[in-house]
Amino acid sequence: MSTAPHQHRLAVGIDLGTTNSLVATVRNSIPEILSDDEGRALLPSIVRYLPNGHAHIGFKAQAAQTSDPKNTILSVKRLMGRGLKDIAYAENLPYDFLDTPGMVQIQTVAGIKSPVETSAQILATLRQRAEDALGDELVGAVITVPAYFDDAQRQATKDAAKLAGLTVLRLLNEPTAAAIAYGLDNASEGIYAVYDLGGGTFDISILKMSKGVFEVLATGGDSALGGDDFDHRLLCWISEQAKLAPLSDADTRLLMVKSREVKELLSSKSETHIDATLGSGEHVRLTISAETFAEITRHLIQKTIQPCKKALRDAGLQVDDIDGVVLVGGATRMPQVRKAVGAFFQTTPLSNLDPDKVVALGAAMQANLLAGNRASGDDWLLLDVIPLSLGIETMGGLAEKVIPRNSTIPCARAQEFTTFKDGQTALAIHVVQGERELVSDCRSLARFELRGIPPMAAGAARIRITYQVDADGLLSVSARELRSNVEASITVKPSYGLDDAAITRMLQDSHGTAEQDMQVRALKEQQVEAQRILLATRSALSGDADLLTETEQTAILRLIADLEQCVDGNDRNSIEAAINLLSKGTEEFAARRMDKNVRTALTGKSLEQFT
Amino acid sequence: MQNHFDLFQLPLRFDIDMKQLDAAYREIQARVHPDRFVAAGSAEQRVAMQWATRANEAYQTLKNPLKRATYLCELNGVALQAESNTAMPPAFLMQQMEWREELDEAKHDAVALEQLEQQVQQAHRDQLQQVASQLAVPDFHSAAQTLRQLMFLEKFSNDLDHASEQLN
Repeated sequence: MSTAPHQHRLAVGIDLGTTNSLVATVRNSIPEILSDDEGRALLPSIVRYLPNGHAHIGFKAQAAQTSDPKNTILSVKRLMGRGLKDIAYAENLPYDFLDTPGMVQIQTVAGIKSPVETSAQILATLRQRAEDALGDELVGAVITVPAYFDDAQRQATKDAAKLAGLTVLRLLNEPTAAAIAYGLDNASEGIYAVYDLGGGTFDISILKMSKGVFEVLATGGDSALGGDDFDHRLLCWISEQAKLAPLSDADTRLLMVKSREVKELLSSKSETHIDATLGSGEHVRLTISAETFAEITRHLIQKTIQPCKKALRDAGLQVDDIDGVVLVGGATRMPQVRKAVGAFFQTTPLSNLDPDKVVALGAAMQANLLAGNRASGDDWLLLDVIPLSLGIETMGGLAEKVIPRNSTIPCARAQEFTTFKDGQTALAIHVVQGERELVSDCRSLARFELRGIPPMAAGAARIRITYQVDADGLLSVSARELRSNVEASITVKPSYGLDDAAITRMLQDSHGTAEQDMQVRALKEQQVEAQRILLATRSALSGDADLLTETEQTAILRLIADLEQCVDGNDRNSIEAAINLLSKGTEEFAARRMDKNVRTALTGKSLEQFT
Repeated sequence: MQNHFDLFQLPLRFDIDMKQLDAAYREIQARVHPDRFVAAGSAEQRVAMQWATRANEAYQTLKNPLKRATYLCELNGVALQAESNTAMPPAFLMQQMEWREELDEAKHDAVALEQLEQQVQQAHRDQLQQVASQLAVPDFHSAAQTLRQLMFLEKFSNDLDHASEQLN
């Protein structure tokens, strides 16, 4: 059922990391990292805002991190989809935070910036790099996210990609991306654990790899634990040892930079020095051994072992069922991490692919697959899971699980509720995510209301609430009163994500464009979408016209003609309306094609069994 | 709508070939998964998501013996009503109470927890065996009664897991 043969479609994989970001693509069947014009693969995930409203991104911003800490945003990934109270050590960060509802924002010299906007600037830089290298526009990108990211963090990442002008082919979990790169590179089969300790996030995923299938059995982690925390621990140690007075923002940044250097040096040396001159002229000089460093960070490593145990338990496996452990993320270069992982899984971890690059390479391979550049039979199937249970608030502030963690996506679950008062005409629905029993201990994803329920006796209404998680791991919720058919639905966005109006405003701000340019851009996007749907529908008709009666076929051809007629015009609304009509008019056709497809699948199999 | 067994072309019974289930599930997902329809129209993308969702649900139900047995009972008109029907044989209830007490005492003792866990797992296996023979008859009402007990056991297992997590 793939679309008609076509030329190679340009698609990339982007690893939007806490510390560094990368973009990769598949050229001539080989995945490769795309470097900048100075040959550097990594782009520091750092954005510096300037008084004239512009921004420096990457190395140039990095150079100013100690001199202009307030306007130079590091590790923005830790702020994605997070409120101020969620951010660890916020008091140590030099930014002027605004405690805005849902997600924090930062007051900079260039105005108020949302983490989504800052991430979008990093993504846009990588998109530009890719388009320059590949010489054309991209059809889309696979963006990686930590497997343990919740719905709010995923939605924020998708919003950022949209803001950067990217078509998101899929949000892909980082350890899964690594498993793809790793599995395909080594033709691995069996059960693997991917231990991914990045700059700010930790994931553990247990996967079953077999020919042509990557199946995630369980995942776990901590979305606020990474290499940054090791730096922070060193910073505290330095302050204690040198008996430093509370530090200024610039000094904190300076010592964070020094701490990171020390951490990296201690991966290959048994001892190193810290040498720094603070703003006051005070000189700090200390010596630290690898042993001391391991000692002061032991509890951080222990925090990664707990989720490993939980993931194994969730997968119904024991340590000796694991055939291999793959290390991903720059922080796994620390010897004490390797040692602890090896000891827990009772095997020497594998790290023959560069732990900084493997996620981007895997994402590029998946992007290439999704863009339709691989022949069938030469492809693979990816089955991933949601990391955290999705629930609903019930009486007494309790969270009732609707979809349990580690469910394979896409998935859906419906549950029935009723009214508890006579004549009740509305029902408030509070969607939460997390494992805890109390709603107050879970993350609040959205609140919405089903209104217009006809007055009935208490307990007479039958309200079905359906949770649907799509292949990106994003949730949408709908509610329907079954007796009256009153319906309400929501894509879980409002409490943490950004609504379309906010995105439009940011697009205008970031491109510095007028309202008119925005409209031109929106029109173009709509035209591209129309062409995509026209192509897909024509291809479906040429293959499966026999599934339609003549009348049905004529009706679809008519809708195609209607869309074709307006697609090159300037009226965005009429193009959108025609797209919607065609989409609605081909629903039944799509369903029949899929039925046929599934039937063929199983018949094909039984035929094979006979031969 | 086809039932889960029909979907994967498996015989309608408790005892199924897991390899055949895995193979049929993968074959269907390979055809309907949304990853195959990234370039398709939105109608097709919607249908793909629905199908993939359905295949996942069917697979998860049949893969798990307890869920598979429950589903078989339901297909044959015997709903478990685990929440409203809590009548249990006295011996089973006594055993449960004893285990609960043991769990309270073993909360800080990894070895005792481990032993308790093994006992419960053994009971779980025995009960499942019983369900299998009851479904082979088939006697769906007796199977439903055993399944309700199994759900008690499952809940107790979770509490045990939780206790050993706390201990760690």
